[in-house]
Amino acid sequence: MSNESNEPMPARKGIANRMFDWFDERTGVKELMHTVLHEPIPGGARLAYVFGSGLLFIFLLQVVTGVSLALYYTPTAETAHTSVAYITKQVAGGAFLRSLHSYGSSAMIVVLGLHFLQTFLYGSYKGRRELLWISGALLSFLVLGMGFTGYLLPWDQKAYFATAVGTNVAGEMPLIGNLLTRLMRGGDTIGTLTVSRFYVAHVFLIPCSIVLFICAHIFLFRKAGPAGPANEDPIHPKLAPEPFYPRQVLFDMGFVLLIMAALAGLAYLRPVTLGPIANPADTHFLPRPEWYYLPMFEWLKFWEGSKVVIGIVVVPGLLAMAFFLMPFLDRRLERMPWRRPIPALAVALVVLGMVFLGVKSQLDDKQGSIAEQLALQADQEKAYTAAPFQPYVESKDVVAVALPAGPVSPLVAAGRGIFNQRGCSGCHGALGTGTTLAPSLVGVTAKFEHEQLVALLRNPSPRMRAGHMPSVDASPDDMSALLAYLGVLGTSAANLPEEHHVPLERIRLGVSRVRITPQKSDFVAVAGPAAGSSNSLPTSVAVTPPDTKGSNTIESVAAGQKLFLKRGCFTCHGRGGVGGAAPALAPLVAQLSDSQLREVLEKPTAKMKEGGMPPVEVTSEELEMLLSYLRTLPAPRQ
Amino acid sequence: MAHDENKNRFSEGCAGCAAREVVDVGKRSFIGAALGAGSMLIGAIVGAPLFRFVLYPVYAKGTTEQWSNVGDASEFGKSDGPVSKTVSLVQRDGWREVVSDQSVYVSRDQNGQLQVMSAICPHLGCSVAWQASQGKFVCPCHGGQFRPDGTHISGPPPRGLDILKAQVKDGKLQVQFKYFRSNVPDQESLG
Repeated sequence: MSNESNEPMPARKGIANRMFDWFDERTGVKELMHTVLHEPIPGGARLAYVFGSGLLFIFLLQVVTGVSLALYYTPTAETAHTSVAYITKQVAGGAFLRSLHSYGSSAMIVVLGLHFLQTFLYGSYKGRRELLWISGALLSFLVLGMGFTGYLLPWDQKAYFATAVGTNVAGEMPLIGNLLTRLMRGGDTIGTLTVSRFYVAHVFLIPCSIVLFICAHIFLFRKAGPAGPANEDPIHPKLAPEPFYPRQVLFDMGFVLLIMAALAGLAYLRPVTLGPIANPADTHFLPRPEWYYLPMFEWLKFWEGSKVVIGIVVVPGLLAMAFFLMPFLDRRLERMPWRRPIPALAVALVVLGMVFLGVKSQLDDKQGSIAEQLALQADQEKAYTAAPFQPYVESKDVVAVALPAGPVSPLVAAGRGIFNQRGCSGCHGALGTGTTLAPSLVGVTAKFEHEQLVALLRNPSPRMRAGHMPSVDASPDDMSALLAYLGVLGTSAANLPEEHHVPLERIRLGVSRVRITPQKSDFVAVAGPAAGSSNSLPTSVAVTPPDTKGSNTIESVAAGQKLFLKRGCFTCHGRGGVGGAAPALAPLVAQLSDSQLREVLEKPTAKMKEGGMPPVEVTSEELEMLLSYLRTLPAPRQ
Repeated sequence: MAHDENKNRFSEGCAGCAAREVVDVGKRSFIGAALGAGSMLIGAIVGAPLFRFVLYPVYAKGTTEQWSNVGDASEFGKSDGPVSKTVSLVQRDGWREVVSDQSVYVSRDQNGQLQVMSAICPHLGCSVAWQASQGKFVCPCHGGQFRPDGTHISGPPPRGLDILKAQVKDGKLQVQFKYFRSNVPDQESLG
């Protein structure tokens, strides 16, 4: 290695050669390359050995794409989602690079699994390779940690809710669980501090640890030497060796090219989507983790109450321990998998169990209302990804500078009233900025001509109808007020000045007070049987506890909710039945027995009909689902 | 030690290694070329989008033209000197939209028509101040001087103050604020 030991070499011809020699004399790069490339592999190069290099390549790819994403990404709850939307929708090559990064994380898990299986089947951890194995096991967990922390960063619906579940799972740990959850979240709730923490873990702490352990892993690998095939003696190799270069290098390169082609093809043909921004108030969202966490997700369904500790801590803990300590548990030098049946069966059992759980979770999600809700979420995600990019607007005070400071025009104020009273806000959000149920309306007046917009409101397009948009049957005056309000959405004028400002809740309640207040006297009239029926309601019904012995399962509630949306009940009763043009449902439902509810739904009373309530024509099965959903409605805040 | 044995085996008694090490030059350069081509392919697949990704803001289109209110046209008297005004405009700043305040001067051109000038010095971008006592604009950085109508008097600036597109609509003076390339003789709009 030292300069002195080198014989003075005859000067080679050509400037390139001379420059290389100059460089080599000072760095010893030639010898380094020799050491790297001429690692002897007992038994020769094999396709089975490509997975380690594959992992290294994917890690480098993740670093390159990750660093490039960090060029635009900002880790705050306020701006993270917009910056990811900007990357996905605006920046040239952004969707592709983000998709590469996202699919890359999955590829990492796949190749990690293959690397594990190969080294396990070949018994490559035997013969003084315990530390090599343990460093690899640590790397596996760090990679899983990368997947977990990276999932939150886009701050869309699925990111938010999956992280809520994930951090809660950690909270089940005995003694330190609560502390752990709060530590990860940076407090009790998931918010901007959580994003910061996950970001720091995802781009600094875990990657640095990974680099460190990759170095250790490679160093330990070189120290012990490749173990060779399963029939080789792991300590004193006897098979004829072959250097790493060129054949193994070529195999590795082929595998790396295959990975690259698969990732680029996926990223190009099926770029990853971005869902609507995280909305913690959404009570209907069904979170699902990344596919490689699905077995764990499914596994947790089996454990309830005090036994959760077994499911979350004991079993995974024992498995992790067995995984780390594999070289100490399977100590004999015998490497053939069929001659060490206990470890082989144990690993096969765990792997098959995981596959089973993963498949089961997929099948569970294909059923009924859950499948519909998941499909709805997928559609919303697609729709959000396809919608044009909307920039993040600084705080409302700043915007106010640009706008006349005078009072908001009465037309706009009237339009706002109509927007809320007609229940538009139920789906399009209190300020028309969109919810998971309907898109944002900001800028809609710029997108369509006045007449076009009026026509669309009166006669929604099939696509709008599919999303449950009702036709807006308003007088020309009301219509122009509505359009005036739509025109100022996204500006401070949409927020009325304080003296005009009526909180949404109060507008809704106010309306219901005028129309039908859920007071007992009124209520009997609303809920009472149709005229002519002899079956009059005793007042004691009002306090009858809800009859919940029906099929009040999560599935039927979700199905009922879906019906509630599909039938357009929400257009009047508001999203979540909180009330709108028609009264809030929870107080009414609470005072009726199931049979009474069924009756008023199928045959609305005269007063209900007057308010525009149609008879609910559904099968009796669907009616039960609707009922079980209505029973879950929370009472509105007063 | 396994390691030492491996080393010995490799340097001395490895018949297979020795045989395989003698790869003829043609084959070796072919392998090198194949590996190089593979690496370049990967570099291109990742590098090309990365290149566009990094350069995106450099070539992205700026904010579209918009009119900002300066004030009532009537408030600018005939005989007064330049009046300093602040206009607000909505600007795209990457993924966010911000309202920024910009300084402009309202004065009269040689024909007595209202004109609006950017307060940004065409030399190197300092803010030019109106010196009422001297009856001229003086740049505090490098001493560029301009007449009330913005034309260049002396100092390093290569051109006069930049005149912005302005109009009077419904009695309001409006302006299209823009940035211009600094230190070039001709006005060259940016973005």
